Amino acid sequence: MTQWERFLDTFFNAAVLAKYTPAILQGVWVTVWLSVLIVLAGIGLGVALAVIRSFGWRLASFAIVVFADVMRAVPPLVLILIVFFGLPNAGIFLSSFFVLFVVLALVLAAFAEEIVWAGITSVDKGQWEAARSTGLGFGQSLAFVVLPQALRMGIPPLTNRAIAITKMTALGTVIGVPDILNQATTAQSFSGNASPLMLAAVVYVALFLPLVILSRWLENRFAWRKA
Amino acid sequence: MTADVEAAQATPSLEVRGLHKSFGTVEVLKGVDLTVAHREMVFVLGPSGSGKSTMLRCCNRLEEPDSGLILLEGDPVTGKGVNLNAIRQRIGMVFQAFNLYPHLNARKNVTLALRKVRGMSRDEADARAMEALTRVGLADKSENHPSELSGGQQQRVAIARALALEPQVMLFDEPTSALDPELVGDVLAVMREVKAAGMTMLVVSHEMKFAREAADRVIFMDQGRIVEQGPPERIFGAPEHDRTRAFLSRVTGD
Repeated sequence: MTQWERFLDTFFNAAVLAKYTPAILQGVWVTVWLSVLIVLAGIGLGVALAVIRSFGWRLASFAIVVFADVMRAVPPLVLILIVFFGLPNAGIFLSSFFVLFVVLALVLAAFAEEIVWAGITSVDKGQWEAARSTGLGFGQSLAFVVLPQALRMGIPPLTNRAIAITKMTALGTVIGVPDILNQATTAQSFSGNASPLMLAAVVYVALFLPLVILSRWLENRFAWRKA
Repeated sequence: MTADVEAAQATPSLEVRGLHKSFGTVEVLKGVDLTVAHREMVFVLGPSGSGKSTMLRCCNRLEEPDSGLILLEGDPVTGKGVNLNAIRQRIGMVFQAFNLYPHLNARKNVTLALRKVRGMSRDEADARAMEALTRVGLADKSENHPSELSGGQQQRVAIARALALEPQVMLFDEPTSALDPELVGDVLAVMREVKAAGMTMLVVSHEMKFAREAADRVIFMDQGRIVEQGPPERIFGAPEHDRTRAFLSRVTGD
């Protein structure tokens, strides 16, 4: 066997690929489903927290800042391990799927909150004044004038964050979530061949490259000249 | 004419009494008294830092006065228990920086408050918005976003946004200061039309020529107080106070 043949056999073994492709495709379903849930919950919660923070209630704002800073500071894997292996000691048993969802959604929420909050504070004070001067209340001014502008400014960083966090679904492997990477590593250890991992990498590219391109499109689509 | 109507007309449109306002240790307004009659256009002049913009912004409480009384058609604007959002609908405001909503087109800039504050239906609000935009000469720009409009056009949309709520008083805070000179005329023409239609207007501006032609009364403010006021011919022609004279000679270059 030449070096080249050994390389092909290790990374692109047709027989191994054929055998384990169905398992990896199952993993795709798990990864996609998890990602959608994480992005919806994470961004939804992040926007909600930023909105609550904008009301300026001191205690709530303090709690949100602490939450956002801690969640952004701790590596997600640490949080996943703490929740998955720690909580059962306290008598709380959660599925690995649910733990991964909750942790990553909370981490995304922390980043989303900071992004949206930065957007809200960077909207010109005159926008608030114009809205309030026509009789719109604080909440209405926020909802119809300030938040739409803040979200638009936040679209590029939010999509980047969403992509980064959904890639972290691969961390579920360590607690046994049957995602793409988990299926691939299992297949790799059964077959003693790295081809399933290559397939996983290709699948990740196929899944995320369109999202990266979409984020670039969104960035251009929602970039509008400031009045 | 009934007694009620007579009484209403005797009530000034806008009344300001003993207005005080400090920012930190700086006292910006040191007791301002001012009344604006119905259909009157009052121009407020003064050097920067004289408190004229602050005074204007206190009238709809974008700045919170420290003390003093403000009445709109006899109804309190200041004090506890005032429904601020209700009273603000009756006071239109036009800003130096236009402050159009950049994510909404011209029509939606106008309809937002009509829909959300007045609770109008979409059709009703659209009709009202088109009416207001027609008045400022921008019916054909209704679907354009602010970024697609010139400064003068943006300011006219902002005037339409305020007009559409049919306010009892309109406040203009240096409406032409951010405009290129060749665009000022269009905005002033709209203001002239608004006045001709009977609007009560309180205007902070440096457009001396316009003040001279269009104002019913000119107020000169300096260091947080009204120094003198009167018809434009007198203020511009024969100012009584040195500070007024000094200011006018500085800005007109005489």
